Amino acid sequence: MLASGRIILKGDKEVKHFRSIGLALAATFVVSQAGAAELTGTLKNIKDTGAITLGFRDSSIPFSYLDDNQKPVGFAMDICYKIVDAVKKELKLDKLEVKLNPVTSATRIPLMANGTIDLECGSTTNNAERQKQVAFTNTHFLTASRYVFKKSSGLKSIDDLKGKTVVSTAGTTNIKQLTEANVEKKLGANIIPAKDHAEAFLMVETDRAVAFVMDDILLASLVAGSKNPSDYVISKDAFSKPEPYGIMLRKDDAPFKKVVDAATAALYTSGEGQKIYDKWFMSKIPPKGLNLNTPISEGLKHEFAKPSDSPNPDDYK
Amino acid sequence: MNYNWNWGIFFQPNPMGTGTYLDMLLSGLVLTLETAALAWVIALITGSVVGVMRTLPSKGATWFGFAYVEFFRNMPLLVQLFLWFFVLPEILPKAAGLWLKQLPNAPFWTAAIGIGLFMSARVAVQLQAGIGSLPRGQKMAATALGLTTVQGYRYVLLPMAFRIILPPLTSEFLNTIKNTAVAITIGLLELTGQARSMQEFSFQVFEAFTAATLLYLLVNAVVVTAMRFLERWVAIPGYITGK
Repeated sequence: MLASGRIILKGDKEVKHFRSIGLALAATFVVSQAGAAELTGTLKNIKDTGAITLGFRDSSIPFSYLDDNQKPVGFAMDICYKIVDAVKKELKLDKLEVKLNPVTSATRIPLMANGTIDLECGSTTNNAERQKQVAFTNTHFLTASRYVFKKSSGLKSIDDLKGKTVVSTAGTTNIKQLTEANVEKKLGANIIPAKDHAEAFLMVETDRAVAFVMDDILLASLVAGSKNPSDYVISKDAFSKPEPYGIMLRKDDAPFKKVVDAATAALYTSGEGQKIYDKWFMSKIPPKGLNLNTPISEGLKHEFAKPSDSPNPDDYK
Repeated sequence: MNYNWNWGIFFQPNPMGTGTYLDMLLSGLVLTLETAALAWVIALITGSVVGVMRTLPSKGATWFGFAYVEFFRNMPLLVQLFLWFFVLPEILPKAAGLWLKQLPNAPFWTAAIGIGLFMSARVAVQLQAGIGSLPRGQKMAATALGLTTVQGYRYVLLPMAFRIILPPLTSEFLNTIKNTAVAITIGLLELTGQARSMQEFSFQVFEAFTAATLLYLLVNAVVVTAMRFLERWVAIPGYITGK
């Protein structure tokens, strides 16, 4: 099923991006001289097969999702295509085939580990625990844990969740923070875990829960896509410090990580990162022409100026 | 494969602050067993009633049994749970719907009842087949002895029919246990749900699902063995199912 689900884009797509990434090129030339001797790991694999495989998410708006033509698009996808350009340059290839492979939160690790995908382009939180299993390149987004609720429910602060039913998605860092806050602030809230974000939001929509705790940017996209966006409010107070999202790659593959890090750093510092950001967060995006209207945060601005792959939220102030 | 194996992960504290990762999986296992047990009781009781109805001489009863079975067995379990959990409260009157939504442990009750009803259709079909496999003479003999229909089923037909269908009922019981995994769709954190949580927190996906697989295998092996004993215990010497 996976093989038939792949969409193969031919090389001509990448040519367009070339001129615009002067900095990326400069950075990767340095790397290429150092690593030209013997290729290993992912780079060798890409050179041998002439193909690189990107893992994408089907509904992580606006990071990585399927548009109306069932083609994966998004902020993280654009960044990944820039990385592909850099890899192509690094390996001095005339043609590099880009294979696209859908992943879910459950399949991204095995598919990364067994070599099916080379980069995971989505909204995966970079934290220390996960770095034991995979590596992350420079952070492309920062998001804090907030909650969405119906205007009609009249919630004001986290304390108003006392004794209410609150939903979050199972297995996320958000539900962990919610559980901690519940104990710490003695809220006595009834926490229910939902299978995925869409379902958790449905619980708020159908009044099964008063609030849904999640990364604020994902809440913004769920609200924007709902039937009556004006019915919902996203809280001001947060359950956590802003946490970094990163594009995931295989662990212990230093030469590949070096190329990817150089490419993303060049992209972010050149101001083009900001341009891509605005394209996905400040203007209408497919398929429904939603506008998330989320200006770049101070933290992310700093991150773009000084790219970092740190999993520690304190490093992004 | 570039994978960082860490079998010690089970003894590390889980991020929910409820003990170790193993504790997390075991709490999921307990929920799986509770859901499966309640669902199986519901399946056996309703399944038996409907199964008997399908063999009654009454046209109405047969028709009801037929409609019931076709309704519950022709829809994917996932869809049924979704309907019970999200759609039913919306079509009820507002007050009743709200009451249903705010019920504590709603995912557990919905899952147990939903899976129970789904499995009851399968139990009903098997009981019908079990009764159908008995020689016609048994029913006639019961009537000739002056037993009423209820007595005939209670003392003659059902004791034999249930013995005949015990082996397939074992499979249905195993299916009930395995079907509880579908309940993560309505937010029940049973064994599969906890294994998924564990892999999201720790990124140790293979360890998490290996443990879940072994726990399912273990539970099912216990059930199969117990049912073997039950079969032997209730067997009647000289009859088809006896030795």
